[in-house]
Amino acid sequence: MSLIFTLASRNLCHDRVRFIATVVGIVFSIVLVTVQAGLYLGFGRTVTTMIDHADADLWIMPVGTKSFEDSAQLDARKRFQALAINGVAEAAPVVIGYAEWRVPTGGSTPVFIVGSDLRAGGLPPWNLAEGSVDDLSIPNAIAVDRSYFDRLSVKGIGDQAEIRGQKVEVAAVTNGIRAFTTTPYVFTSLDRARAFTGMPTNKVTYLLARVTPGSDVESVRARIKANLSNVEVLTSEEFRTRSRAFWLFDTGAGAALLAGALLGIIVGTVIVAQTLYSSTKDHLNEFATLRAIGSSATYIHKVIISQALLSAVIGFGIAAAVGLIIVQATAGSALPIVMTPTLSLGLFALTVVMCVVSAIAAIVKVTRIDPAMVFTR
Amino acid sequence: MSDPVIEAVDVVRFLGDGAGQVQALKGVSLAVASGELTLLMGPSGSGKTTLLSVLGCMLTPNSGQVRVGGCSTAGAGAEDLAKLRREHIGFIFQSYHLFPTLTATDNVRLALDVRGESAAQAIAKSKEALAKVGLAHKISKFPRELSGGEQQRVAIARAIVGNASTILADEPTAALDSENGHAIMELLSEIAKDRSRGVLVVTHDPRIVSFADRVVRIEDGLIVGEERPKEQLEEIETAPLRALELARIA
Repeated sequence: MSLIFTLASRNLCHDRVRFIATVVGIVFSIVLVTVQAGLYLGFGRTVTTMIDHADADLWIMPVGTKSFEDSAQLDARKRFQALAINGVAEAAPVVIGYAEWRVPTGGSTPVFIVGSDLRAGGLPPWNLAEGSVDDLSIPNAIAVDRSYFDRLSVKGIGDQAEIRGQKVEVAAVTNGIRAFTTTPYVFTSLDRARAFTGMPTNKVTYLLARVTPGSDVESVRARIKANLSNVEVLTSEEFRTRSRAFWLFDTGAGAALLAGALLGIIVGTVIVAQTLYSSTKDHLNEFATLRAIGSSATYIHKVIISQALLSAVIGFGIAAAVGLIIVQATAGSALPIVMTPTLSLGLFALTVVMCVVSAIAAIVKVTRIDPAMVFTR
Repeated sequence: MSDPVIEAVDVVRFLGDGAGQVQALKGVSLAVASGELTLLMGPSGSGKTTLLSVLGCMLTPNSGQVRVGGCSTAGAGAEDLAKLRREHIGFIFQSYHLFPTLTATDNVRLALDVRGESAAQAIAKSKEALAKVGLAHKISKFPRELSGGEQQRVAIARAIVGNASTILADEPTAALDSENGHAIMELLSEIAKDRSRGVLVVTHDPRIVSFADRVVRIEDGLIVGEERPKEQLEEIETAPLRALELARIA
């Protein structure tokens, strides 16, 4: 093995304080980027939770709908028009909207109502911890997530509250259905959802269409668009993309997260560049000696880049460990930080690129080195 | 005199810029022959180190020529000059310039590593070179664990390990006591006996003149004298015998 790696590692270990500063800089930077990128991914996933769990091949929605939470209204008769189209097996109506939850002891909190036709499917609750979807058929029945028990001042099945002046009773409890807006989801039947949100009985928010087995989704979509006026028809994937785009970019949330990540990269690059540069300055005499005994400039560049890469690997290793702890800690929160293999690989590549870019100043410094300086030192 | 391993021909070199510029070498010619130990002596500021830098392909002359192994370095770029250094020239510095984080073997090995030699071969050659300079028992020591004399021996091993045709030494005994300085010069003198190699030592230490095959004196950027002390000494030693012989013949 060449001495390049030996020289690089010894140079780093020779000044432990500076090496620690470099690693801390990398760890700080990469953890910051991990959190921002993880939040970005987590946010992107959370905003599409409802779309991900809906039993639909196609979403029929009012024109201009920006996201799932954008509660414009469709004429409910369109459901029957849709069912009459060749290839449509079901067009389950869904009603959504914000409402106010009142507890018997006083006080209120906003909730987000999700109402489905429990016979036609659509968007019933999932991850049920207690009770069943059928339990929502009984009068006043609703389902809430146990993570919101404190917020809703309930303790479980049988507890009562009031929405829009109407008594409700917890009939089913879900686990882990959390909203990124922190407004609790309340699942119920279609009619009760209309009552809670004040939506007229001849209106719905979405129609969730399922195509008949063997039908081509695109053909069915074309037919729906041709037959139903003032609607948009999107596949689940298209609706996910649109919802993500709205929440991440139209609201500025995604830009803020990306700006945070960019800041992390800049801070990390500056710290690593500064420490690598000062390390190179400290070892200038040795680099001049290398040059004097005939090393090529490339050989010296390799030493410096190896130092940067070593710092990157060690810094990334620690940052990844810290990142995993953060991921674990936020797993149950409303906005979990998500780590995927692709993101991990991307972060490692980013660390390497950041450290190599940081080495440029040091490389420029040694490139200008005068080997004759060895005679004067 | 055998063929020069390295030579400067009418070299002029300016140092500094603007009003502070000085002509450090004013048309110097010097050839280092193989199998010889040449001392370059002169007072401070006489141009010794500048000439060494020019001969060592670290500084390029403003005019004149440098030839390494008979080939001119004119027009060579920084990388070409570095290649010439690693293939033809071994350096020994006053302050050793060893790498504090590397063992003696690795310090010597560096001269081969920059040439791209395989690790196994380079380690074997480095150990051999350290044995030649009497440090076979200290191959794993770091510079801080070695005396000044031993560090300079490591530097000499680094200079000779690649079979450089020229060894250029800058004040190699200046940082050593007289005993260690003597030992280092004996070693360099031994190295210079190799007919394929020439040694040039820059010094202002008159105590080491006796080791030289040739002494070149430089002052104010000009070569002002040259002598061959060993030949002169030999002449002095053999003069009475020659007189006796002549008397017998007469």
